[in-house]
Amino acid sequence: MKLERYLIGGGTLLVFLLAWELCADSGAINPLLISSPSRIAEAGAAAMSDPDFWTDVRVSANEFILGYVAAIIVGVPLGLLLGTSRRLSYIFAPFVDTLNAVPRVALLPLLIIWFGIGIWSKVAVVFLGAVIPILIAALSGVNTNEARFVAMAKSFSASRTKIFLSIILPGTVPYIFTGLKYAAGRALLGVVVGELYASTAGVGRMIADAGNMFQTDTLFFGVLIFTASGLVVVAVLDRLERRFERWRPGVGAPT
Amino acid sequence: MTARPKLEAQDIRLSYLQPRTGTALAALDGVNLQIMEGEFVAIVGPSGCGKTTFLSVVDGLIAATAGRVLVDGEAVTRPGPDRAVVFQDASLLPWRTVLGNVRYGLECLGVAAREAGARAEKLVALVGLSGFEHHYPHELSGGMQQRVNLARALVVDPKILLMDEPFAALDAQTRELMQEELLRIWAAAKKTVLFITHQIDEALYLADRVVVFSGRPGKVKDSIAVDIERPRPIGVKRQARFHALEDRIWELIEEDVKTKAREDRHARA
Amino acid sequence: MRRFYLQHERAILGAVGIIAFLILWEGFARGWWAELLQPLLGPQAARLQLRPIFISSPTRIARAAFDMIFVTGAIWKDFGWSGLEFTLGVALALAIGIPLGLAAGWYRRLSYAVEPFLTALNATPQVAFLPLLILWVGTGLACRVLIIVLLAVLPIAIGAVAAVRTVDARLIRVARSFSANDALLFRSIILPSSVPFLLAGARLAVGRGMIGIVVGEIYGSAAGIGAMMNQAGSRFETDKVFVGVLAIAVAGVGLVEGLRRIERRVEAWRPQVAA
Repeated sequence: MKLERYLIGGGTLLVFLLAWELCADSGAINPLLISSPSRIAEAGAAAMSDPDFWTDVRVSANEFILGYVAAIIVGVPLGLLLGTSRRLSYIFAPFVDTLNAVPRVALLPLLIIWFGIGIWSKVAVVFLGAVIPILIAALSGVNTNEARFVAMAKSFSASRTKIFLSIILPGTVPYIFTGLKYAAGRALLGVVVGELYASTAGVGRMIADAGNMFQTDTLFFGVLIFTASGLVVVAVLDRLERRFERWRPGVGAPT
Repeated sequence: MTARPKLEAQDIRLSYLQPRTGTALAALDGVNLQIMEGEFVAIVGPSGCGKTTFLSVVDGLIAATAGRVLVDGEAVTRPGPDRAVVFQDASLLPWRTVLGNVRYGLECLGVAAREAGARAEKLVALVGLSGFEHHYPHELSGGMQQRVNLARALVVDPKILLMDEPFAALDAQTRELMQEELLRIWAAAKKTVLFITHQIDEALYLADRVVVFSGRPGKVKDSIAVDIERPRPIGVKRQARFHALEDRIWELIEEDVKTKAREDRHARA
Repeated sequence: MRRFYLQHERAILGAVGIIAFLILWEGFARGWWAELLQPLLGPQAARLQLRPIFISSPTRIARAAFDMIFVTGAIWKDFGWSGLEFTLGVALALAIGIPLGLAAGWYRRLSYAVEPFLTALNATPQVAFLPLLILWVGTGLACRVLIIVLLAVLPIAIGAVAAVRTVDARLIRVARSFSANDALLFRSIILPSSVPFLLAGARLAVGRGMIGIVVGEIYGSAAGIGAMMNQAGSRFETDKVFVGVLAIAVAGVGLVEGLRRIERRVEAWRPQVAA
């Protein structure tokens, strides 16, 4: 079963790459437009020996990490707080709902005015992209806590703090991880859009420049960098989730 | 002189305000009950008669509209370590192991970690789960989960054990096994027990006395002493005397059950 | 009085939060707080007056919105363009995503074949393809429609796969025992029970589509709400940028709410909807 899956998946991928290569080599489609796997590999090798490329990677990584970590530091506690205090959640609801309805990348023209075209405008858009899903996940985690567990704890005369720490907080963990995974995608999107829109360095910038100069191979290589980052981030989060949730049956199973 | 009851419910009344209509709905209508030290009392009644609600009032989770609950003559206002509940759905914390769940109540009471661990292990052994200390709830069968549930309540060493249909969700064979186990543990731990169930044979098999509740609003309809000597092998369920008691209790609640079924049909139509 | 408060607590507290926020904002732009705290903070207080060119203010935004909606009417043209892109993009994404997802859910081998591509595309921020799309089709309408398709097609397809996979196996057994053929099975069981998943996917796709509008337009487009915001931003017309943000928010909330309504109507037979 498993073998069949890998065989068919890998086979299709291989056929696709071969067809792509042939189309470009035979000139059936202008390679300037679609590049080809071998050309992308070459461009990748060339880029990796270029120090400018590594600067771009470092800039993009910094934007992602700073924004994403800040979003976790703000989003998780704020979500828990809003989940515990009904009144506070009512006051904040209009802001959270509005920000949730707007693609945060729409704020880029403003963020550029406020923070300039350096790294901080990108950190800000990454933060805004990630903080809302994390906050909402933590909030709904608290709100969906199981009443029967709370009743059980109360019957053992548990204090409010004890109930929060032993019942509500562990119950939010699966929700927070779902939020973190979703937010990671949004954060990566923020990096790309922010750099495409206005920046001086970064992998997104590299893609944009390559596009302007018809270097399709470098462009594809840049996109692949983002694909790889996306896969790595999700894999890391899956791992962490499994470590945190050994108690859940079948967590992290491939969906 | 007569001994003071361990647990006494005096004219417990409870009514809810229905949010939609704004009218009050009576759930308990003057429940009077006395349980002596070490006695095993079971409450049976049709579903929706307020048995579970009554148990929550005794535990102190719900405040009664009128009347009071006394434990050793002292009024109950909130949950306390002298009473512990064995919940209907095991309500085990899924992120804690068997041991972690059993020690939960001790943690809430602020018992030192080492002592809590030792006491919990002893209880895990008493309910027959040695070797499963570090399993998570989802790795246990329904019967095993209820054993943990029982151990969690017993570990705080309560004077009174409040059991809310703990075996209702088990299959028939496991249920009989657990009933036998409960009697064994009860004999070892010597607790006063208030046991809620909707199964007449379960109540008769376990209890010294069966209290029959009427349909909503709940109140005590009758109290029947179960004069079957202990220890009780599971075979007593097939004795003629057992069947006679079963029939008598069924007659008491039959009418309420049928009324309830009629009302349900009307409500759905 | 108290009863009224309790019944509308949510709305009242929400309104209080918004009004407080707006007053705070206006005060920063107009220097109210600088003036108010002058005695306390001395010359430092001047820092509490922020330049409207940076933060604009609620009244400026309201005036700009009024102008753009009623006086010049400039926003309608942009709205029209964005709406056209969005409609075309999401419709195309539905047309591709639903059949593909349903087929991949039903035919196991097909799902194995497309899995590597879907996984890779899902992990990639799809907007990274924008420079490539521009290379291929220019910065015109086609490019913006395609970026929306690229963003929106995945949640739709994944929703459709999940829809088929979670069809109650008992229902299929029942149908098979009445010797229903594949077509009948599909029409009578798979399709009806997949509607909620398709709608959930569509709801996600709407959000992605909004991102597509913004990204496609702020990056080298001449028309649409995003383009308007881009131009206003480069001219430091902060108020107009905010009007754009609000317009997108209103459209987004409206669309999602509309879909929720449809979901609720379609879902009447279902006891509780799985999140």
